[in-house]
Amino acid sequence: MTAPDLIRTVAEPEDQAPAASRTTRRRPPKPELSGGQKKALRLARALVWPAIVVAILVTQIPFLVTIYYSFQRWNLMRPGSRGFAGFDNYVTVFTGGAFMQSLAATVVITGSSIVLSVLFGLGIALLLNRKFFGQGLARTLVITPFLMMPAAAALIFKWSMLDANVGMVNWGLSVLGVDPVQWNTDFPALTVIMVLTWQYTPFMMLILLAGLQSQSKETLEAASVDGAGPIRSFVHMTLPHLRQYIELAVLLGGIMLLQVFDPIAIMTRGTGGTKTLSYLLYERAFVGLEIGEAAAYGVITVLLTIIVASVALRLLFKIFSSEGAKS
Amino acid sequence: MKRFEMTKSYSMKKRLVLRAVAFSSVGVLLAGCTGAGGGTQQADGPVTLTLATVNNPQMKDMEELKGAFEDSHPDISVNFVAMEENDLRDAVTKDVATQGGQYDIVTVGSYEVPIWGQNDWLVDLGPLAEADTAYNVDDLLPPVRDALTVDDSLYAVPFYGESSFLMYNKDMFAAAGLEMPTNPTWDEVAGFARTLKTDDAAGICLRGKPGWGELFAPLTTVVQTFGGSWFDEDWNAEVNSPEFTEAVKFYTDLVNDAGEADPVSTGFTECLNLFSQGNAAMWYDATSAAGPLEAEGSAVAGKVGYVHAPVKETAESGWLWAWNLAIPNTSKNQDAAWQFVSWATSTEYIDLVGTTLGWERVPPGSRTSTYENENYLAAASSFAPITKDIMLAVNPTQPGVNPQPWVGIQYVTVPEFQDLGNQVSQDIADVFAGRDTVENVLDKGQELAQQAGDAQK
Repeated sequence: MTAPDLIRTVAEPEDQAPAASRTTRRRPPKPELSGGQKKALRLARALVWPAIVVAILVTQIPFLVTIYYSFQRWNLMRPGSRGFAGFDNYVTVFTGGAFMQSLAATVVITGSSIVLSVLFGLGIALLLNRKFFGQGLARTLVITPFLMMPAAAALIFKWSMLDANVGMVNWGLSVLGVDPVQWNTDFPALTVIMVLTWQYTPFMMLILLAGLQSQSKETLEAASVDGAGPIRSFVHMTLPHLRQYIELAVLLGGIMLLQVFDPIAIMTRGTGGTKTLSYLLYERAFVGLEIGEAAAYGVITVLLTIIVASVALRLLFKIFSSEGAKS
Repeated sequence: MKRFEMTKSYSMKKRLVLRAVAFSSVGVLLAGCTGAGGGTQQADGPVTLTLATVNNPQMKDMEELKGAFEDSHPDISVNFVAMEENDLRDAVTKDVATQGGQYDIVTVGSYEVPIWGQNDWLVDLGPLAEADTAYNVDDLLPPVRDALTVDDSLYAVPFYGESSFLMYNKDMFAAAGLEMPTNPTWDEVAGFARTLKTDDAAGICLRGKPGWGELFAPLTTVVQTFGGSWFDEDWNAEVNSPEFTEAVKFYTDLVNDAGEADPVSTGFTECLNLFSQGNAAMWYDATSAAGPLEAEGSAVAGKVGYVHAPVKETAESGWLWAWNLAIPNTSKNQDAAWQFVSWATSTEYIDLVGTTLGWERVPPGSRTSTYENENYLAAASSFAPITKDIMLAVNPTQPGVNPQPWVGIQYVTVPEFQDLGNQVSQDIADVFAGRDTVENVLDKGQELAQQAGDAQK
């Protein structure tokens, strides 16, 4: 009994006011606790504090430092001119014109890569969900693009696949009688989307395949007994069942693709609408050497990500769930 | 009811995950810029020097031979940190700019040396070099030495240097009955390129990959020989001047008509590939390309002709680049560092490379005496004499038609230039693709350049 007593003297006294305000927030009134239960609760809360402090330090310090830098005038090459800049960096970000273009590029590249890889992933998952000889081998083969390091994948596409002189894709097109295509020069955004779709299709496929395999065979059988063809049972049974899996795939894919950097740095160098936010941030920090400006871009990117995460995704999922089966 | 609670906690978790990922990714990227303090060695007793360098073949040779230095200086050992060019630039800039003090010796390009020197980040090596009679500082190639000197202070010494020249495939020229003059003009070269262009071979390979050090290395020399420049004498931007515009039009038209396919992908390495496989009739690029072209494995070894960089209004148009060794002011072992730097850039070292690794591997373009060395001239007979002629002929203080307020040929030695060059070259990629016009792109470039110019006034 000594430990809780000690904690009680150290911990701040529990205030009684919240009980009243909580009732106004549609919460059920707090059940009365006995003295022993209250002591146990206080101990539990006190024990959680160190973990919370560590979590705050570990996750938030870099962000706070970034915010601090974003108010600094700091070009690495001009050491004498460092100082407080107020909102100058933010003004530069919003009036420079690069930000909106980059935002559009990010939306186009991330969005189309996700949509395409979910569609291809769904198709491949449906094929792999059937029983056939060599199923395990086929699954392993299909997954390999996702296991490859992004930089290696971009290099393979640059040199072996899309090279204008010795690339396999142009060779294949020449067999079909199509003139060689200058991929990076003429279709930079498409090139990046191709590489990303190739890499992320297996990831989407894995998640959707797991979804497909968790669907009960009996339900599908019952549907076919009731006269539903394969298309009807796919649209009305399988797709609603896959809803959560698609949501998860889109969410995880979105988080990973927002940070995409390698194919842009290796193949297109930010030309022709491929300067995504992460590449722009890199350029401001390491080519422009404008630490303050880069930090301001970083802060705004974080704010945007939070807005997108909490508003747009919720909206998207609402549409999904209203179409989904009621349970 | 149960269902409702589940989705709610699910979406809360999602938000938390998203926030955590977003916060940490951006924060970590920028937190990396501060750099960490280090290097607290004392100068007495055994000393370990940390040398940051670029992973070029010549630097690897230096690492291989460092044993000879350590044998003659038993209390000094040298630790090499070799990086790819861009990584080196990032790492060393961060370390030097934030006074990190990780490195005792840094490998610096000739673009950075004057900027860093002015910022007082590098030790002035001039007095040390002149006090050391065996070092023979006057033997350093004069244009290279000029490019590394600011207000009479020598902030770095060259390890190897290069200029640019035009390489051509002699077989292709003979087959077409064409003859290459020793001092070609750009109009002649454009004519040859358009004649020699076939479905299988490019008439000429010219860099198109965005970046101030990629596309704008050759393109700036073209601009200058066309009479244009980035800035006039008073730092007024001249990017949309008629001469600059004409040069960029000439360059992009030539590439689109008779150049390599997919120019935006093509930089030094890609052109080297194309030309060494016999898929290009000409290539205008660095003199250091000659080594790999004449090496084993090249399909064109022995068949390459080398002539001066093509010109229009000026007499000479080659660029000037050197990888140099410098000592950061933050180094705690400056004396030991100078001992190594002076050894690695000495004639003694050049002889050591020649006798142990072979004369064709000697670091070129740093010392006049290299080009008086019979052994080197015999090993590199096809390109050494012309390299020397060009390197002595270029003038980094006034490479173009008009005087300029900085020293440097294919770049402007101001901190803002790498950003400026990078952005304009990205826009020129749109010109190669036909998405934009030269006039539009250069009008945008003019605004950016004026901002950079205003910062110098």
